[in-house]
Amino acid sequence: MTDVPAFTPVNLLTGFLGSGKTTLLRRLLADPALAGTAVLINEFGEVGLDHHLLDRIDDTMVLLQSGCLCCTIRGELSQAIRDLLGKRERGLVPGFDRIVVESTGLADPFPILSTLKADPVLRHHVRPGNVVTTVDAVNGLGQIERHPESARQAAVADRLVITKTDIADEAAVADLTAGLRRLNPAAPLVDAADDLDVEALIGRDVAATSGPSHSARAWFSETFRSDDPTRAPAGDAHPHGALDRNSHLGRIRSFTVVVDEPIDWTAFGIWLSMLLNRHGERVLRVKGILSIAGEVAPVAIHGVQHLVHTPVHMSGWPSDDRRSRIVFIVDGLDPDLIRRSLAAFNGLAAPARTLQPAGDGG
Amino acid sequence: MCSLCGVIGGNEHWADAVARPGVYTRNTERVDRRRERMNRVRLANRVLAPFGLSLADWQGTSFLLSTRTGKTEIIEDLGHLWPAAERLIGRPCDPLDPAVMAAVERAP
Repeated sequence: MTDVPAFTPVNLLTGFLGSGKTTLLRRLLADPALAGTAVLINEFGEVGLDHHLLDRIDDTMVLLQSGCLCCTIRGELSQAIRDLLGKRERGLVPGFDRIVVESTGLADPFPILSTLKADPVLRHHVRPGNVVTTVDAVNGLGQIERHPESARQAAVADRLVITKTDIADEAAVADLTAGLRRLNPAAPLVDAADDLDVEALIGRDVAATSGPSHSARAWFSETFRSDDPTRAPAGDAHPHGALDRNSHLGRIRSFTVVVDEPIDWTAFGIWLSMLLNRHGERVLRVKGILSIAGEVAPVAIHGVQHLVHTPVHMSGWPSDDRRSRIVFIVDGLDPDLIRRSLAAFNGLAAPARTLQPAGDGG
Repeated sequence: MCSLCGVIGGNEHWADAVARPGVYTRNTERVDRRRERMNRVRLANRVLAPFGLSLADWQGTSFLLSTRTGKTEIIEDLGHLWPAAERLIGRPCDPLDPAVMAAVERAP
């Protein structure tokens, strides 16, 4: 039997209807790096077809057929993963060290991720891996504007794969790229027509608790690559034409909050849990590097809607800039209110407050 | 399992993360854990006071969230705090509400 990891990563492969999820999955599974991968496929239709399109049919491939994963069969997903883990323990299926879930094109990715964390058995055996979202270069922008599911899938992605670039014209690809950058500046964009770096797409987990070996610099540059707070936000590069503020692309926006003072971890926990309780649906992503009061090394946080991954202690700061930076991707929330609210709550920690000069509202 | 309320499973809220290598946590040492709980209760009460609510530690394992008239709920962790607070007072607790922010900025 192969070595069983303490926490088996579960990757979610999502993307709108017809955006190329199954094609991508077939390519990924052909890669030797993903040889030890169990696959769960969910289809919305009455008759499951996708699994026939994948060459590999064995006991580690499971089809979830009775409806859309995000709303109707969350219980079935937990059960399917439990079954797989149980069979692996008993040696009834080939050993696997990773699970890939292909969702339906209509699924909201969040409930699927939260199933993994909320299930009392699963949360001790699996952890969420990268969310990979496929976006179709021909229809993708229109789908994001018309269908909230599509915009959410793109916003929560850890990796964005643009498909069908071979049949789209260059302007459409450029528009889509600009639109995706607005929605989700942190996720690397991959062109499906290029050679796929499977390790970068699936293997290197954004949320992995990889301990001291975690490369702060790589994480940092990945997160803030296109989001230098001193520069105009990437979102200013509008696609052609004026954006309708009511379209999803118009309402979903990303911004960075930079905090000069050290963050009080306790106050931050109270604040973020309060914010997510009330606005979790509209906070599509929170991702940041925090300078915690009393800590030398930074702490990375990473959240998707109501779900926050366990915070990771990083080995060191990537540069001399020791300020906390948090990237938010929100749907219709005011960045200034979030900034003010965080500052107000961070001021709650008394020792820091007594050091502040009088008259700054504290 | 909590013997009082029957909630299965221990604390897995991100703010009091489990002690795994690389995970940021303040729960490793017993004394740190108690200190962190006390600090959390103290800060939470500054936010809860304007809503007429108060939080107290219960045996180092749970928290008691109470209204001024004594209506009380037992909660496990921060993840349960705000839904319980909203249930008890019957209105939303919104950190982006200007009145709430002003109250936090004024908090003693």
